[in-house]
Formats: sequence, structure tokens, C-alpha cells
Amino acid sequence: MEQKLIEVFRNALEIDKAKEITLNDSIQSFPEWSSLTQLSLIAALDEEFGVIIEMSVLEKLDTLKNLLDEVIKRRS
Amino acid sequence: MPYLTFQNIGISGMAAALPRTVIDNYAYTAFFPEKDVKEIVDKIGVYQRRFADAKTCASDLCFAAAEKLISDLQINREEIGLLVFMSQTPDYRMPATSILLQDRLSLPRNTITFDVSLGCSGFIYALSIAYAFMQSQPSIKKALILDGETRSKVYSPKDRKTAFLFGDAGIAALIERNENFGTSWFSMNVDGAHADLIKIEAGGYRLPSSEETVKERVVDEYGNIRSLEQAYMNGGDVFNFVIREVPRDFQSLLSYSNIDPSQIDYFILHQANSYINNYLVKKLKIDPKKVPSTIAKFGNTSSVSIPLTIVSELKNKLNSKTNLLLCGFGVGLSWATSIITVDRCHLSELVEV
Repeated sequence: MEQKLIEVFRNALEIDKAKEITLNDSIQSFPEWSSLTQLSLIAALDEEFGVIIEMSVLEKLDTLKNLLDEVIKRRS
Repeated sequence: MPYLTFQNIGISGMAAALPRTVIDNYAYTAFFPEKDVKEIVDKIGVYQRRFADAKTCASDLCFAAAEKLISDLQINREEIGLLVFMSQTPDYRMPATSILLQDRLSLPRNTITFDVSLGCSGFIYALSIAYAFMQSQPSIKKALILDGETRSKVYSPKDRKTAFLFGDAGIAALIERNENFGTSWFSMNVDGAHADLIKIEAGGYRLPSSEETVKERVVDEYGNIRSLEQAYMNGGDVFNFVIREVPRDFQSLLSYSNIDPSQIDYFILHQANSYINNYLVKKLKIDPKKVPSTIAKFGNTSSVSIPLTIVSELKNKLNSKTNLLLCGFGVGLSWATSIITVDRCHLSELVEV
């Protein structure tokens, strides 16, 4: 699930495949992070994991690990 | 969840009017770099819009559409017993714009006439109101829905979150009785807890106009600029609301009406932006060929977008019994879905004002 989330995140933000992404990375630190790519991420999380995360919640999550925890929490 | 159902009431004709001025969104670069503009425009899929000039109001667009429809169908004005004007860009705070339109259209003085203030779900609400009057009052032979917006005047051109989305238009729809219309179903919903997601803060009586409210200010870390009298939209949370609530309402009305999606000839979604609409089509698992779109050429015209899309895209396609599913969602928050049948519905040529 960790790798799946990273791939979803990479595809939603259109991050270069050569760039390494880890769960400890800060979501907001990616230059691709914008109000437009946030929409793509919300849609991708809905599509892949069946969870709809509010923008206001998404903006408060620091790292991809926090995002993973939020997805797991909402799926359970 | 309450649903409304009506029998043998329907839309027998529609017309739409657009301002002549075409805005090319790629060239709408006065306040943002070309690269940013292209990225935004490609994402939202709005390439052109129509902007009314300073003197043209939503009512003028509706008036032109109504005159076209009355002329095309040779409607006896004396038979129009109800006029509903749907808009959030009225001529004045008072009197109601519908009353001005009663006079301009030379409708009888006993025409029941009022304004309704709703955004993107508005056309479906207007239909339900007209259908309800017609169902309960046999003395009303015909009803006219006028639905117009000049949203270009509402949003700041310096706020990239909304600057490229909205356009202006007006429509007229004639509602009549006919056994061929059969049963129609409506589901209407609101959630006032999220009223802040799309809002104009000032200019009403809670925060009246003042020197302060018209001052432009930088409102976020992206450098977007607007005044308190210009609308803002929290696009992310609106997107959340749409993908959560719209599919639920859509499925629930289909289930209540016992209609299979395969029986629907066209799904007319509010033209929010192409990103949202494409995602909805995918999530709802409906055939994209059954989903006409005008978002690329007219943008988001709020409550007008559903009827405008019908007039623009379904010309000569409604010549026999046709089942339509209409779905609107937006400011309020408010969302509505309806399943209606049209039969030989007249669609006038688009009018330019």
C-alpha cells in the first residue's frame, strides 16, 4: 500500500519517474504541489483507494506518511 | 430523502442568448504569465467564454431568448400564467427582475412572477417550481422559466482560482402540459454548513458596501487579488463536495425512479469545468457520448449551463420522446438531479446580443 500511495502521488503531481519519493517527504515541498495538482491527488485517492479527503485536511498533512495514515484510517 | 414527482408536465421549447463578445482564454493574460494561463486553461478545459458588456444584464439575455422563443413558437402571451426568473445577478436589489421582465415581455398583469436566487443547481429548482404550479393549478396553461447570469461581472480577473472559468448567458424555457411527458422525478438538496465555500462576502445587508469592501487586496500566498464584493470559491473543497454528493444523488434518484441508466438518452451535467465533469462521467460510469458539453466554448455559466447545453448541443436530437437526466451542483452548497422526458422539444437557434 505504501508503494501504491507513492505511485498515486507521483502520477497525480506528474513528478518525474527518476525522482525518488519516500514516505518521509513533505507533501508541500514538491514544486509540483499546487491548487491544480491537489485536485488531481484528491481524485486519484478517490479512484485508487475509495476515500475522499477534504482539501482542508489534505493541506494540514505534513508528510506522505501522514497521508498514508489518513487513507488507512478512512478505509477502516 | 424526499423526492418530487410530476405527471404530464414538460419542456416544449427552449431558446438561449449569448453576448457577442468572445473571450479567448489563452489570450486572457493581462494579469498572469502566459505559461500559467495555459496550464490553468488546459486543466479546466475552458477555451472560450462570452462576456456581456457593462450595460447588458442577465435579464437582457433572457429577454432576447424569450422573444426568440415566443416568436418561433407563436406563443400567445396571454396564456403565460407563471414567470420564474432564476439568477444571482439581478438588475436591482429591488424590485424583482422578473417583474421588470413581465412588463418588457408584455405578459399579463396577473402572471404569477417572482425571482429565485440559486446558482448551478438553479435550473432544476426552477423546473420543479414551474412543474409544481402547473400540476396543482390547471388555470395556468403555460409557464416561462427565464434563467440568466452575468458571472463575468462577479469574479475578479486577478484571482486565478476563478478568473478563467465563468461566462455569461441567458435562456428561456416554455413549460406546458402534454401526456407524452409522462412522469418526471426531482431530487433537491442543500448544505448550508458549507455556504462559505462559494460566496460574495460584502454588498448585502450583513456587510454593506463601503470604501473598504470595494478595495482590492491580496488574499492568499499565490498573490490572488480580489475585493470583498467579488466572489471567491474554494475549488478544492467544492471538488470534494461534488465527487462525494453528486454520484450519491444521481444513483439515488435513478433507484427511486426505477430507471436504468441505459434508458437515459442524454445526461446533462452542470458545466463546472472539464476536469470535474470528466471525472464525474468516469465515476458515474456513463457513456461520454451521451454527455453533451459546452464547457470549452461557453465556460461555466452557473444555472444557465444545463439549459444552454441542451439548446446548443441537442438541436434536432429531441424530435421524439427523449429521456434526459439533469444534474446541477454548486453555490449554497446546493445540488439537484432530475429525470425528465421531452417530446418534440423545439430548440431555437442561438441568439447573440
